[in-house]
Amino acid sequence: MDLRLAPHAVAMSSSEFLSWSGEVMDQLMKYTGAKKAVDRLTAPIWSWAIRNATVPLHFGIACCALEMAAASGPRFDAERLGMIYRSSPRQTEVLLVNGWVTAKLRPDLRRLYEQMAEPRWVIAMGECAISGGPWYDSHNTVQGVDTFIPVDVYIPGCPPRPEAMIDGFMKLHKKITKEMKGTFLND
Amino acid sequence: MERIGLAPGGKTGEVLAQDIAQKFPQLVTITKATHNRLYAKVDKAALVPLCSYMKDNLDFEHVTCVGGVDWLEEKKMQVVYHITSYANKVTAELVVDLPRDQPEVDSITPLWGGANWHERETWDMFGIVFVGHPKLERLLNPAGTEVFPFRKDFVSGRRV
Ligand code: SF4
Repeated sequence: MDLRLAPHAVAMSSSEFLSWSGEVMDQLMKYTGAKKAVDRLTAPIWSWAIRNATVPLHFGIACCALEMAAASGPRFDAERLGMIYRSSPRQTEVLLVNGWVTAKLRPDLRRLYEQMAEPRWVIAMGECAISGGPWYDSHNTVQGVDTFIPVDVYIPGCPPRPEAMIDGFMKLHKKITKEMKGTFLND
Repeated sequence: MERIGLAPGGKTGEVLAQDIAQKFPQLVTITKATHNRLYAKVDKAALVPLCSYMKDNLDFEHVTCVGGVDWLEEKKMQVVYHITSYANKVTAELVVDLPRDQPEVDSITPLWGGANWHERETWDMFGIVFVGHPKLERLLNPAGTEVFPFRKDFVSGRRV
C-alpha cells in the first residue's frame, strides 16, 4: 500500500485505481483489526452455511459410485445432510473421488478440481482413490488421488458402505467447523 | 427341430454356414454351426469379402465385439469377431490368425461403424493394426503410451 499515491488517484487509469484502492482497503482492514472482527462475527454463520451445503460433484468413476448412489437413495437419504449432487463443478464444494483414476483421467480430474470455486474440499472414497487399492500393480492406475490434488478426508473400504460415506462427510463437517473460515476466506 | 423364436423368414446357423462354405470354399473353414451360432476360421485375405457378403446377403447387421488373443508360444495373434444377425437370430464368431511379428488385418469399420472403437481398443491393448481404420489412436491408455498391455510378454507393474 502506498497512501502517498492518494493525490495522484485522479490521474490513474481505472484499472490502476481499482488495484490501488483495493490494496488500500485490504491493508486498512488488516492493520486496524477490522478484518479479524468481521471474520470473528461471520465465521460461525459461514461455516454453518457451508456445512449444510456440502454439495458434491456428481462424478462417479467406478464401483464406489454405486455406494454414492445408494447413499442418496431413500434408505440412507444423504440429501437431508446437504449432500445434493450437482453436475457442474462451478456449483459444487466437494470433489468426491470414488474409484480408480487412470492416467488418462488424471488431467481431467485435476481440471475439474481447479474449476471448483473456493472454498472446496476433496474426499477420497475407497481404496482405489486412496492408494490404488486392488490396482497397486497396474500399468495405468494412478496410485492415489493425493498424488495430484490435496485430499481432506479419506474414506477407507472397498467399497465403503453408504454409512461410511456419510460418516466421511460428517468428518468433513467437523473439519469445516474447526477451520471456521470467515468472510475473508483467503487467510 | 423347431427353433423357439425363429425370426419369420430367418435362416438357422447351419443354413448360413452352408451358404458361406459354398461361397468361400478355400479360405473359410466352418468349425461348428448350431441353430443360433456359427463358428468359422477365416483367412486374413478373405475377411473383408466374407464380411461384406455377410452384411449384404445374409443380414448380419451388427458387430457385437472385436477382441484379440495373444498366443505367445504359437507365435500368433488372433482377432475374434462376433457379428450378429437380428433377422436370423444368429451370432457368428469369426477367428482370424495373424503372425505375431506382423499383426495386420483389414479393418471392418467401413462395413459396420460399430467396429470402430472395438478395433481401436484391440489396437490399444494388443497392438494389432487394422489397415484402413479411420482413427487408429490410443483409446484407454493415454496418448503416447508405448506398450501394449494385453500382450503376454508385457511385464505388469507400476508405470504412473
Ligand atoms: S475401492 Fe473397491 S469398490 Fe471402490 S472403486 Fe476401488 S475397486 Fe471399486
